[in-house]
Order: sequence, then structure tokens, then C-alpha cells
Amino acid sequence: MSKPTTPGNSRRRFLAGAAATTGLVAASSFVPTRFAIGAKAPVKIGILLPYSGTYAMLGESITNGMKMRIEQAGGMLAGRAVEYVAIDSEMSVPKAPQNTKKLMSKEKADFIVGPVHSGIAAAMSKIVGARKSPIMIVPNAGHNGITGELCAPNIFRTSFSNWQPAFPGGKVMADDGHKTAVTISWKYGAGIQMMGAGKAAFEANGGKVIKEILMPFPDVEFQAYLSEIAALKPDAVFSFFSGGGAIKFVKDYAAAGLKETIPLYGPGFLTEGVSKAQGAAAEGIRTTLHYAANLDNPANKAFRAAYISAFGDKPGPNVFSVQGYDAGSLLLQGLAAVGGDTGATGDLIAAMESATFADSPRGFWKMSKAHNPIQDIYLREVKDGVNLVKGIAAKALEDPATGCKMG
Amino acid sequence: MTMSRPTMALLLAVLAGLFTFPFYGGEFYVEMMAEMMILGIFAMSLDLLIGFTGLISFGHAAFFGFAGYMLAIVTPESEPIAIWWALPVCLAAVAVAALVIGWFSVRTSGIYFIMITLAFAQMMYYYFNENQDLGGSDGKFISWDPMVAIGDWQLLDLSDLTTLYYVCFGSLIFVYLLLTVMLNAPFGQVIRGIRANENRTRALGFATFRYKLVSFVIAGTLAGFAGFLEAVRTDFANPAYLGWHESGLVMMFVILGGMGTLYGPALGALILGLLKSEMQDYIERVNLVMGFFVIAVVLFLPHGVAGLVERLGRPKATDDGEAAP
Amino acid sequence: MDIATFLIQVLNGVQYGFMLFLVASGLTLVFGIMGIINLAHGAFYMFGAYVVYWLTDYTGSLTLGVLLGLPLVIVLGLVIERFAISYLYKRDHLYQVLLTYGLILILNEAQLEIWGTNFYSVPKPDLLSGSIPLTENLDYPVYRLFISVVCLAIVAALYLVIGRTRLGMMIRAGASDREMAQAMGINISRLFAIVFALGVALAAFSGMIGAPISSVFPGMGDQILIISFVVVVIGGIGSVKGAFIGAMVIGLADTFGKVLVPEFASIVIYAVMALVLLWRPQGLFGKA
Repeated sequence: MSKPTTPGNSRRRFLAGAAATTGLVAASSFVPTRFAIGAKAPVKIGILLPYSGTYAMLGESITNGMKMRIEQAGGMLAGRAVEYVAIDSEMSVPKAPQNTKKLMSKEKADFIVGPVHSGIAAAMSKIVGARKSPIMIVPNAGHNGITGELCAPNIFRTSFSNWQPAFPGGKVMADDGHKTAVTISWKYGAGIQMMGAGKAAFEANGGKVIKEILMPFPDVEFQAYLSEIAALKPDAVFSFFSGGGAIKFVKDYAAAGLKETIPLYGPGFLTEGVSKAQGAAAEGIRTTLHYAANLDNPANKAFRAAYISAFGDKPGPNVFSVQGYDAGSLLLQGLAAVGGDTGATGDLIAAMESATFADSPRGFWKMSKAHNPIQDIYLREVKDGVNLVKGIAAKALEDPATGCKMG
Repeated sequence: MTMSRPTMALLLAVLAGLFTFPFYGGEFYVEMMAEMMILGIFAMSLDLLIGFTGLISFGHAAFFGFAGYMLAIVTPESEPIAIWWALPVCLAAVAVAALVIGWFSVRTSGIYFIMITLAFAQMMYYYFNENQDLGGSDGKFISWDPMVAIGDWQLLDLSDLTTLYYVCFGSLIFVYLLLTVMLNAPFGQVIRGIRANENRTRALGFATFRYKLVSFVIAGTLAGFAGFLEAVRTDFANPAYLGWHESGLVMMFVILGGMGTLYGPALGALILGLLKSEMQDYIERVNLVMGFFVIAVVLFLPHGVAGLVERLGRPKATDDGEAAP
Repeated sequence: MDIATFLIQVLNGVQYGFMLFLVASGLTLVFGIMGIINLAHGAFYMFGAYVVYWLTDYTGSLTLGVLLGLPLVIVLGLVIERFAISYLYKRDHLYQVLLTYGLILILNEAQLEIWGTNFYSVPKPDLLSGSIPLTENLDYPVYRLFISVVCLAIVAALYLVIGRTRLGMMIRAGASDREMAQAMGINISRLFAIVFALGVALAAFSGMIGAPISSVFPGMGDQILIISFVVVVIGGIGSVKGAFIGAMVIGLADTFGKVLVPEFASIVIYAVMALVLLWRPQGLFGKA
């Protein structure tokens, strides 16, 4: 293994990029007025993502992905320079309202990109959704409600709803011939929504969930539950964990010897971006997600090569940087359609609504009426530490968007 | 509590500045100041416990967050609730919670009191975090701000930022005066006696348990008042408001600002909040700087910011100043 | 629950208790002997995990990683004691809380600067990577048993050091009467520096030894901080025996809480702590 790269590198690199852009802007304000009329002010993108704490990796990946996409398009949005203002969300819900308002009323951001955390997403969408602008782009948080009952014209999502990666997973489990299952996750928004969707699909296809385990978030002491699962002897286990919890769950599950007799399924976050750290324990786990590392399309290959050369491979390209990358595409398409006029909110929203993503590393997708991706969900299986695509679990899957009164 | 004249003058100047702030502050800073004043009330309520009664609570945010949930629960989906109902109901609920928790907790002291208050707060945190009817970890929205009206005549529109600012400002002054009056009354003398020497106070014939309990309930209820205002400001309730991170944060305000001074903790909330928000614009690793700042305060400002204010206001130290920690 | 399952859950609870003790032992030491509330304990735990990840990656051996890593964290502990903690001995607990909170902020940022945001794992040594079959479909990892053994060794070592050695005698003297100990010619400031470094080393060591099963990630220290305090307080502050019993109580309560009252799993340990403190306000083995 190579020595750990200092991650400061990648962050400093993008900050340096931002500084250069700002420098450009500063310079332009000294140009004679005749030019200044033609040159427009930069588009301001406010970012609210975690840069510290357990989910800092997600914030870093998303930011890198988005900036990379815009850099690839010349570093401009419809001919206007770009200025980024990033705030560390610290995964703190109490700080979310004020951070959002800082980006809106102090920084006067044209767009707000964020967050990772569902509770923060709810707080933000309450504030942003009540107004016409700015436009908010959610690059991760899967809370079904954001493109459901909380949906709003100026809220878009480039990631997924919790329902999306989980529902096909339940069906896959039934299709693999399993009759009974235990679900296990954390007792918080994403865990509950994903387990609910997986269970619904599993039972609709003839399976039966015999026990639903929801453990306190972010507890990672799984032994008691693993012993319980062993005693229940289900055909399969359906689970959602992410980050450090996912690593530990998968390793503990294998160390308890359960993997041999009770196969593990789940939304792809179980093994996404962490399968290397899980090592042999993750081999053979089948998950469903809107992305996989070895997706055979030119856009994905180009994306991965460019990402690794820009930011290294720790953490390398993953589903989060893809979501950020597509947020960048969404910005490019929207602003191109209105010639960079961020004031034309109505036209801008219409353009973003009809955006299509043919160049996305995850494969083609487009926006639904509720502003959530209509996307393929892939069946993946871990082999040698890599999530390999085994097929498409659900083609052009659209979230039911329950409660959304838009469109 | 006694304040030197220069300090008083400074404080009056600050008050005048705050009073006129909405005219020049701009939307963002006005809203931010409203939040800081709410946190200031929250911090003063904890100062009653830490700085005056000698009870170090590590679960004070439970009352702050609980009040927000109460407002979310009593506000109907379809129409606003009158504040004349909402506020008393929310505060009464918080007071009852504080009474129950205090009844058990004030029997212990020192570090054990710190931990038992944490335990109760964590239990409340997990209750709301896992209660799906109240939105679980995503929290619950409050559809309407409470209505401040007499009959059909609307006195105040709490959804208006400037109005909300003055409500918070007025509340801050009200709570400060309330606590000042209380602390100068015999009750205040007794709880300070408890802080200095509980056994002696008990020997003098005071039922110290009851005094500590009353102090705990008042502090909890005032924290609830702050939480009520915060819920009105943000329009939502979330379990994170009850968590130990919030309890820890408000404790920082109190110690950093200077405990036992009331205005110090409010100042602490303002300084920490402003410092962080402003530094964010220039520095990448804000928390690194905040960490060194906090340590510097401990090492060089033993009485917090209020101690510094007092020292500047009165170059020659006299003995009638702060209650020593 | 049949008897086999019950016994397995007891094993789980006891084993979790061992791990909790490992994490909490340094906290109770620093707390009991120096009277310092060290909120940064979790941050040292995290540092241990990262240091061992980093060194294991270089050397290819967990044992070497631990052996090389311990001196590093001891130096870190000594430096922090010298430049921050040593100013706090005569001050109120509250200032210790504030200062060590500042340390958390700094250490967390330092971790991000040095090792970044990624999640890592540390491989178990080959010798300990096997499993023992318990039932027809459930195995028990040898590494967890190894942790239990290490934990017992530490209990024994702490007991011997504090109870039987000259250093232990000085520690006990310093803890019970600081001025008197000083008058008797004990160099209190050096003694406290040693104790603090030992506390840091224990926190970091538990992070190191736990790394192969817990994985290594930013913010991991925050997750163990509160539960460590719960363990220490239930046992009675400063008592190694108390911390051990407290860890067992919490380990078992947490395990059986999850199985028997799953809806209340999250509050069980706090309810237990509240009950213990109502029954014995100084903890199980604390001095009144």
C-alpha cells in the first residue's frame, strides 16, 4: 500500500482554484467601465456540506466532483466566472438555519449546494422552499420528503431518494429465492425509510420480513443483534449502514460466520466507498445503487481517471463525487439555457427541470417532475474489493414522490 | 453583580447600539443577532445554575429543545395558535420536566450532578429522536408562528424579522432584570450561600434542597423560554437541540463569558457566535482557531470576558467585583 | 430466549464491557488521581487509532504499529500536559472542561489535516483472525477474546502498579493529599505529568487495539466519550475496580437492553446510570 496521502492536498488544491477565480474577478473590477458592462459578476455558489467529523469524506467528495465538472467546462458558467462560498455544516442541525441564511442573505448566493444530512436538508428546504430563490441543489441527503411533501420549484436533487436504492434491493432479495429476511439499520430517517422500502418490495414479491431491527444511531456495537439474527435463522439479511458503521457491520457480520449461511443485502451504501476497508468480509455482498465503480460507459471511465489524477485515490471517485459532478452538470445546463442570467428564475428552473444527463458517470438520467433523478438502479456484487455491476435492478426508476403537489 | 460605573456605561452603549441595530445591521446580521440574543437568554439561565447556585448542569439543552417540541405539538397544521395559550402551556410543560429531573438530580453534587443531568437529557433526546410521530431524527416543522393578537387586532407579527428582533431584545432585557431582581432578593442570597458553602447554609436553617430545586426549575423554564423563541425563529423542532453538543455549547458560553455575572454569559454567546461566523469567511480551519481561542481564554482570562470587561472598566482591582470561581 | 442464546448474549455483554473498560480506564485514572475532567479523552482514542493505522500501513504489522505508536502518543500526552493541563490543577472543574473542549477542536482538525477524511481499516494479525464456532451458524472472533485478555492484563497491571509499586504509592499519596505529598518530597508536577501521559496512553492504546474491529474514521472519538464517562461515573470516580464493574454493568445492560427492550435500547444505559446515582450518589465504588 502507498503511504497515506495528506488529504489537505486535495482541499487546498480546490481552494487554490477558488482563490484563482476570485483573483480573476478582483482583477476584472479594475478594467475600464466599457469592458465592465460586458463582463458580468460571477455566479455565486454557496455550499453547505460537512468538512469535519465522520462525514467529512462525503463533503469533500461532493465538492471535488462538482468543481471538477465546472472546471472541465472551462471553469465558467455560461461565460460567467464562478465564486464558491463553502461553509462546514458540522452535521449540526441547530446551526443549519443560520448557515443557510448566511449563504442566502449575506453571501447572496445564486445557488445553494447541500447538504449530506437529512435533518439539515429538512431545515434548509423549509427556508429555501418558502422563497423563489436561491435554487437549492441537494447532492446527497436522501430524505424522501425533500422531493415529496417538501418539494418546491427551486429545490433539485442530483442524488437519490432513500426509497430508490432500497426498493429494488428488496426485490433482488426475493428474486434470489429468499423467503424470509431480517432487516437491520439505525433508527433514524434514512435507516427507517430505506428499510421500509426494502421490506415493501420484498413482501410484494412473496418474501416475509420476520424481524425489523432498528438500533440507536450512531451505535456500532452489533454483537447482540448478530447473535439474535443467528438464532432467528432468516434466509437473508437486508441492511443499511454507511461510513464507519458500514465497515464495522460488514466485518462483524463476516467474523460472526453469518455470511456463509445468511447472505447480506442492502442499499449500496453498505459497501460504497468502504469496500476496500472491509476487505474480504465484503466479498460477495449484493447491493443496489445508482452507481458502480466499473460501470462500462466512457463517461464513467473518463470521470474516474480525471478524478484520480486531480484528487488522488484516498478517497477515490465514488457515488458521492458522482452526485457532486452531476450537480455541476445541472448548473452548467441551467445557466447555459438562460445565457447566465441568474435573475431569470422561472426560465432557469424550467431549464433545470428538463435537463438530461447523458454524460453522467452513472449512466443516462433525467429530472422527474418532483426534481429527483429518474435513474437506473444497478445490482452490484463485491469482488476483490470492488463493487462490480451484475445488471440493472430497476430501469429508469422514478421515486413515487408521495405528497409532492408540484408538476 | 455590582457593576462598576465604566462597565455600566459600556453596557448602556451596547444596549443603545442593539436597540438601533435593525436600522443599519442588514438582514443577515439582524437575524444573527436575534439568534445570539436567544442564546444569550439560554446562557443566562444556565448561569443561574452554574454561576450562582453552584450546580453544573450538562443537560440544560433538554429544556431548550423540549420547549420547541411543545410549540410544534400545540401548533395546529391549519391555523396559528394564540401566544397567550402557546407560551404558558410550553413553559408549564418545561417547568414540570425541570421539576421532575431536578427532584432526582439535585440530591447529587459535583461531577455526579453533571452526569445525572446528562443522563436525563440524553433520555429526552432519544425519546424525540426516535419518536416517528414527531418526525424522528428529521424533526418536526411548526406550520405557523404563534399569533400575538387581542381579538382581531394583531399586536405583533412574529414572522417579521424586525419584530422578532425586538421581541428577542426585549426578552433578553426582561430575563436579565428578572434574574437580577431575584438574585438580589433573599432567595438570591440563599442560593449564593449554597454555592459558597452548602453545609453552612443548611446549618443556618435553610432547606437547601428546596432552594436548589427551585433554582433548577427557574433555570430550566427560562431555557425553555429561549427554546420557544428559537422555535419561533426557525419554525422547526429537532432532537439535536436537546443533545449534549448543545448543552456543552451553552456551558462554553457561560464559562467563556464569565460565570456569575449574567451579562457575561450573554456576551459569551455573542462573541463565540460572531467570531466563528466572521472567521468562516477567511479561514479554512475555523475550529482549529476556535480551539486555540478557547484555551487562551482559560489560560489568560480566568474570569472570562466579563472579567476582562471589569478589569478594563476598573484598572485598580477592588474586592466588590465578581464572585470568584 | 433459550439458554444457549442467553449465554451467548452474556458473552457479548461481558466482552463489550471489557472494551468499555479499556477505553474508560485512562479516564478514571486522570480523573481520580489528578482531579482533571478530560473531555479530550475520546480525541486521544481517535489519535491512537489513526497512529496505529498509519504505522501498520508502513510496517505491515499491528504489533509493530502499537509498539512504535505508544511512545508517540506518550510524548503527545506529555507535551499537552506541560503546555495546557498543568495550569489547571488548582482551578475549577469548569475550566478543565473548557480547556479540554478546546483540545478536542484542535485534535480533530489536526487529524483531518494529517490523515484526511477517508475511512480506513486495520487488518487483524493473522494469528488472531480466526473464529471459534459457538452454534451451528454463529462464530466468535478470536480477536475479541484477545481484547478481553488484554483488558484483564491491564486491570491486573493497574492494580499492581497502583497498589504495589513506589510509583503507585506516590500516586495514591498525591491523590489523597497533594500538599502533604509535596511536603514529603514527592515531585507532584512530575508525578501528574506521568499520570496524564499514562491516561493518554491508555486511551490511545484502546483506540489502537480496537482499530481492527472498529475501523478508523474522523470523529470516532466523539462517539466513545460520553459512554466512557458513564462507565467511570457509575463505578465511582477514580476507582479502577469501580470502572471495571461499571464497564461490565453497562456492557451487559446495553446488550440485554438491545435484545429485551429494543424500543428503549438507546436510553437503557442512561437509565441505569441515573438509577445507580440515585441509589448511590457517589457511584458504586466512589468515596463519599
